[in-house]
Amino acid sequence: MVTRRRFLQSTALGGAALLVGVRLDGRQALAADDVFAPNAFVRIAPDNTVTIIGKHLEMGQGSYTGLAVILAEELDADWSQIRVEAAPADVTRYNNTKWGPIQGTGGSTSLAESWEQLRRAGATARAMLVEAAAQEWGVPASEITVDGGVVSHAASNRRATFGELASKAAALTPPAQVTLKDPKDFKLVGKRVPRLDGSAKTDGSAKFTMDFAEPGMLTALIARPPRFGATVKWVDTIGARRVKGVTRVVQVPAGVAVVATSFWAARKGREALRVAWDESRAETRGSDELFAAYRVLAGRPGTSARREGDAAGALRGATRVLEAFYEFPYLAHAPMEPLDAVVRLGADGCDLWAGSQIPTVDQQVVATIVGLPPAKVRVHTMLAGGSFGRRATPNGDVAGEAAAVAKAVGGDKPVKVVWTREDDIQGGRYRPLYVHRLRAGLDAQGNIVGWEHRIVGQSILQGTPFEGMVKNGVDATSVEGASTLPYAIPNITVELHTTRVGVPVLWWRSVGSTHTAFSTETFLDELAQAAGRDPLEVRRTLLAKHPRHRATLDLAAEKAGWGEPLPPGRARGIAVHESFESVVAQVAEVSRRPDGLPKVERVVCAVDCGTAINPDVVRAQMEGGIGFGLAGALWSEITLVRGRVQQRNFDGYRPLRINDMPAVEVHIVPSGAAPTGVGEPGVPPIAPAVANALYQLTGQRVRRLPFARLAPAGTRTA
Amino acid sequence: MVTFTINGASQTVDVDSDVPLLWVLRDELTLTGTKYGCGVAQCGACTVHVDGRAVRACVMPAASLPGREVVTIEGVSGKVAQAVQTAWRKLDVAQCGYCQSGQIMSAIALLTEIPRPSDADIDAGMSGNVCRCATYVRIRAAIHEAAGTLGG
Repeated sequence: MVTRRRFLQSTALGGAALLVGVRLDGRQALAADDVFAPNAFVRIAPDNTVTIIGKHLEMGQGSYTGLAVILAEELDADWSQIRVEAAPADVTRYNNTKWGPIQGTGGSTSLAESWEQLRRAGATARAMLVEAAAQEWGVPASEITVDGGVVSHAASNRRATFGELASKAAALTPPAQVTLKDPKDFKLVGKRVPRLDGSAKTDGSAKFTMDFAEPGMLTALIARPPRFGATVKWVDTIGARRVKGVTRVVQVPAGVAVVATSFWAARKGREALRVAWDESRAETRGSDELFAAYRVLAGRPGTSARREGDAAGALRGATRVLEAFYEFPYLAHAPMEPLDAVVRLGADGCDLWAGSQIPTVDQQVVATIVGLPPAKVRVHTMLAGGSFGRRATPNGDVAGEAAAVAKAVGGDKPVKVVWTREDDIQGGRYRPLYVHRLRAGLDAQGNIVGWEHRIVGQSILQGTPFEGMVKNGVDATSVEGASTLPYAIPNITVELHTTRVGVPVLWWRSVGSTHTAFSTETFLDELAQAAGRDPLEVRRTLLAKHPRHRATLDLAAEKAGWGEPLPPGRARGIAVHESFESVVAQVAEVSRRPDGLPKVERVVCAVDCGTAINPDVVRAQMEGGIGFGLAGALWSEITLVRGRVQQRNFDGYRPLRINDMPAVEVHIVPSGAAPTGVGEPGVPPIAPAVANALYQLTGQRVRRLPFARLAPAGTRTA
Repeated sequence: MVTFTINGASQTVDVDSDVPLLWVLRDELTLTGTKYGCGVAQCGACTVHVDGRAVRACVMPAASLPGREVVTIEGVSGKVAQAVQTAWRKLDVAQCGYCQSGQIMSAIALLTEIPRPSDADIDAGMSGNVCRCATYVRIRAAIHEAAGTLGG
């Protein structure tokens, strides 16, 4: 007998045992005895609702809907009876199977890693419902069919809903073996279904961490150092404590927390705070100094990330050698929901409410700070208002801050730590600043005979619990996309210089490919131009052994009308890139704005992501990835002067607005292969595609991002 | 103490005159559908209707509220609102969803003023609302869709 409660007891983890999920409205679901819960991923209630337990954070990428489709498909449920809840933190049941013993969302793995697991979970539940009906009706299970949430036996004309069979099914033992569907019988996978969170996100009822409220809850803002690495020297709290609503001012590792009964009081209190900072160990270099130092390093051999043939020799023997340096700034993630977390201490443990991308880490960090075993920290995963990687911190930064403040304050009221937008833009954990140097040689026929690529920048993994992933001195997140260049070039070297800078860095949607796709795809275009060849044909030729790349490229080119005439003042550029096991090709059609910057009019995107579980979500992620990548390419940059971040809010750190957004067409390469990443792969190709189009239009090569730098200061238009 | 109308009902709240409407809504009235995104009227996540016009609640102080009629995503109603929200659902505009209350409130104000907006009208009316998920393609399509259902 596997009722929900029994199941939970059998996997009991101290205080976490009776936890079930968080609903979209932020409320806690309740465990009930009469619910059929054959495994950790689905509950079927007598009211005929089917609740999917989503172990991956919903941060906009459609994970809840995708996870539900996989399970509902094998269950043969009706989409209208599906509900979703966030899983609690419990690594024994909800670990990411691609990552090992850690529960987390990232690397565009959610659906890919859940595919087999949730198909089996759904098929198991279905088999038990069928068995329950077979016993109830006294008919062979093999004669029973299931469709749209209804179990039927045609010969005896009997039917039952899942809800009617739930309690009977709960008394059965799950089968050891289940048969998965033949993909040709899929009814939900590959079809358009409405997003499960679409309605709640249209009427204001969807609850994010920012919206968490309980009587007596306190809100804390933290005064943070103006330079990374500085610490509090002294603090004068008198002014802050005089502000109406401010209840406490406490020092925490991140800075000085002003705790108040409302956000506004905390903000005013923080403004009234006087803090002197010890900057003796702070990072004081600026972006210009870093770029200069990195350029010097780019001229010297680095740690090998890939070596095939003899690139140096090939370049010496080449008819023509091209060289280019590329510069990429720090980038903030700037999710629309600023960073936040709520912690409540209680007699029986501690609660964390957060849009947590890595619950295992956040749980451990909070547990360590408040002095409890991790199982006593109940993690309630809320909807996240965007993340783009920012909520996946190896040190659980924001959750840890909330825990530190709650501990310092004491009592049993929840404490919500909020980062203001200024805190977010200035607070670090950026996509690292990089310099690339590329050299390549052409022979007399215009063939690429050698390719040398050097990358200089900080490691994202170094100094984190994930440092073990750095192999032979190479952090793959620094070189991915370059070290994996798919083109058939006989002599290739890729080298890395890992720098140490006091600016905290982090993965930013599509990680290494945010910069490697730009340098490789624009440099390849430059080589094609130098050889007098068509950029599409060059890629096709060099991708002869990569059929997925080639098919994706061909689909984008065909749909975009590559080679067909355009109106005057318009040009096309193309780029293709593989990331997270998916291949995306994009053709950008651009015109030129009065200030010289490109205006992207239209983007045609083709994607091979294996089986497209939710084609409409795939399209949405390509559209959004293009917009996100375009923001970084056109406008956004974090610059430091003497260690201080120059941007404060969306006025200085310019996002993409609707008037910048091109028309987007998405075409999905038909595939029956296992699903691969979707959340990130739409980002990398857009910047190089636009740069390549701009070159066709103006003859100008872009080697420093963002494009906004092309326009002389003061001439940029909105 | 300030008294104003919120979603059709008169309401008196005890706040200082400098507290922005956004925080009156969120911290005093627990109307959390209106979002904090930037605090400086740069992102539009806090867009509400004040006397029928789209306003950034993060920069409207409580002192200016007396006698005003404020409508938030929780209380918005009428043909235009219904058409917009229906179109948003039909096209599955939302991704993370955090900015969408503001987007929807701006779209309702736009369609109320211009029943059949061109792409340029949409750009002008919606460029104050940032979406980091870049759902702009669908926002544009949903506004056209809503305009169509309204027979504009």
